Amino acid sequence: MSKKVKKMKEIKEQAYHKPLIKRRKPNRSIHGDIALYIFLLIVAAIMVFPIVYAVNAALKPLDELFMFPPRIFARRPTLNNFSDLFVTMGKSWVTFSRYLFNTVFITVVGTAGHLMIASMGAFVLAKYDFPGGQGFFKIVTVAMMFTGYVTQIPNYIIINKLGWVDTYWAIVVPAFASPIGLFLMKQFMEGLPTSLIEAAKIDGANEWMVFSKIVMPNVKPAWMTLIIFSVQGLWNNRASTFIYSEERKMLVFALSQVQAGGIARTGQGAAVLIVVMIVPILTFVFSESQILETMASSGLKD
Amino acid sequence: MADPKIKINIEEDKKGKKARGAMASPGDTYFQKYITLRKHNLSTAWKKMKISKGCYLFLAPYAILFTVFFVFPVVASIFFSFTYYNVLEPPRFIGLNNYISLLLEDDIFLIGVKNTLIIALITGPLGYIMSFLFAWLINELPRWVRSVAVVVFYAPSIAGNCYVIFSVFFRGDAYGYVNAALMNLGIIDNPIYWFTDPRYMLPICMIVILWMSLGTGFLSFVAGLQGVDSSQFEAGYMDGIKNRWQELWYITLPNMKPMLMFGAVMTITTSFGVADVTMQLCGFPSTDYAARTIVAHLIDYGSQRFEMGYACAIATILFLMMILCNKAIQSLLRRVGT
Repeated sequence: MSKKVKKMKEIKEQAYHKPLIKRRKPNRSIHGDIALYIFLLIVAAIMVFPIVYAVNAALKPLDELFMFPPRIFARRPTLNNFSDLFVTMGKSWVTFSRYLFNTVFITVVGTAGHLMIASMGAFVLAKYDFPGGQGFFKIVTVAMMFTGYVTQIPNYIIINKLGWVDTYWAIVVPAFASPIGLFLMKQFMEGLPTSLIEAAKIDGANEWMVFSKIVMPNVKPAWMTLIIFSVQGLWNNRASTFIYSEERKMLVFALSQVQAGGIARTGQGAAVLIVVMIVPILTFVFSESQILETMASSGLKD
Repeated sequence: MADPKIKINIEEDKKGKKARGAMASPGDTYFQKYITLRKHNLSTAWKKMKISKGCYLFLAPYAILFTVFFVFPVVASIFFSFTYYNVLEPPRFIGLNNYISLLLEDDIFLIGVKNTLIIALITGPLGYIMSFLFAWLINELPRWVRSVAVVVFYAPSIAGNCYVIFSVFFRGDAYGYVNAALMNLGIIDNPIYWFTDPRYMLPICMIVILWMSLGTGFLSFVAGLQGVDSSQFEAGYMDGIKNRWQELWYITLPNMKPMLMFGAVMTITTSFGVADVTMQLCGFPSTDYAARTIVAHLIDYGSQRFEMGYACAIATILFLMMILCNKAIQSLLRRVGT
């Protein structure tokens, strides 16, 4: 958009005294709008309330947690619960840093491998027409429907046969093949102009170069989305079925062990809730625009 | 390696088919024609496959892992569902016995099916409609307000096990917020045991599930609504679309069909896979099994009783339910906006 057009638009918009809705559509009634937005505000408050409550519970000192009648907002907010949690974790047999390492290692390796493998597959599925390609993609979309529990038992048997029980690979390698990542990547790559690939080919690029130099740099939003979804999935993965030695357990699993520690750990338990939820939410907040850009092409055609 | 969207000299192939058709003697049966056609198709496919070797190389790593960890488990669980298998002994084929005892003898499974269906049929459509409704309502907000709203609505679904906070609100004694509020208002005299009284367990769980239901599908809707071409709306005003509801039905929804399909798939996943919420909030096993779902039953037999064959039969039934549900929803969605 040229500067002139932008300026024109700005001048046009100024005439409306900064309207709440940018371009008022002609078929809207003001009463309807107000009613709808009040409704939205109420629902948003209800949605956010449990989270606000959880955050406040984590900030309450212990005496306030057991106060009657209970209050929603902390009167004297402290970070004691978090520091207590850190102390408890530090006293455990396996150190806190080891749990953190496990989580970071699994998340980084799982995400990197998933990104690589899924985007290679997505690239050929989106841009080439070869026998079996569409059929394979259909199967992937069906697989998106199945929750992890359903395939858990055969999965355990397979991982056992591979000798991966109680190793990181039991979590990392299945995460490589997560169907939703391939699905989103493929849908996004379809929006990439085919002429771009053809031009690169005329200039003498081979398939690998087309993929790594042309396609991948052009699908950065989809990268970001894949990374976020993968991180969210792996972060919340307790992998309690596959991993039993304490020194290979994930941070979230260790934290939930603290949480189960009874009434004396109420404050720490509240802090655990916050630590567990803050990572996925923060990653989402920072990458929201890119995720939405990817999701715009997420539609399923029949 | 193939060129993008390669079409192997289809023109020539068509000519060849015609020529062969003319040559064929009138005595040729339909069946023989079918065979020749199939052979021809196969040879074209084979040619195509040879040309696109590189494609298979690119797809291979994903395809192998996907087959091992997603396709094979499904096949294996169908296979094991016809056997008695307890991990220690090799599986023993027992035919349909697992299914027979599931459907005729296992009362708890039937409770699980009932609960799962109740949860899926209520929270599924409601959560789906909520996802779309809120995505649509926040669509016209200014950019930054919309971003905040998306975070607010989406956060519960990624907040890990934050839903356990509901057990504080709905605590069974007078200290719980809901009980305290209801008693102050004089609606009830005695505190209600929300998570141990079978009458209240499912509704409360459904509230919690609804709270978490604005997930990936919701994001897809938000993004899809942004992409609807505004010139279509202008054309709609010219054609006399009066209010936002008509606009929704005649313009927005038809444009959103692919996203609606995607959202439906995501909703099926979450609404049939319910187990975490009910197990965490109502206990496992819950009072009178009133909060038992199919997945909870599966976990019970698979990871606690080690009756893998039986658990696989449960999983297979769940597969079938999900696929049937998906088919039903797809045919429903085809009618949208017509």
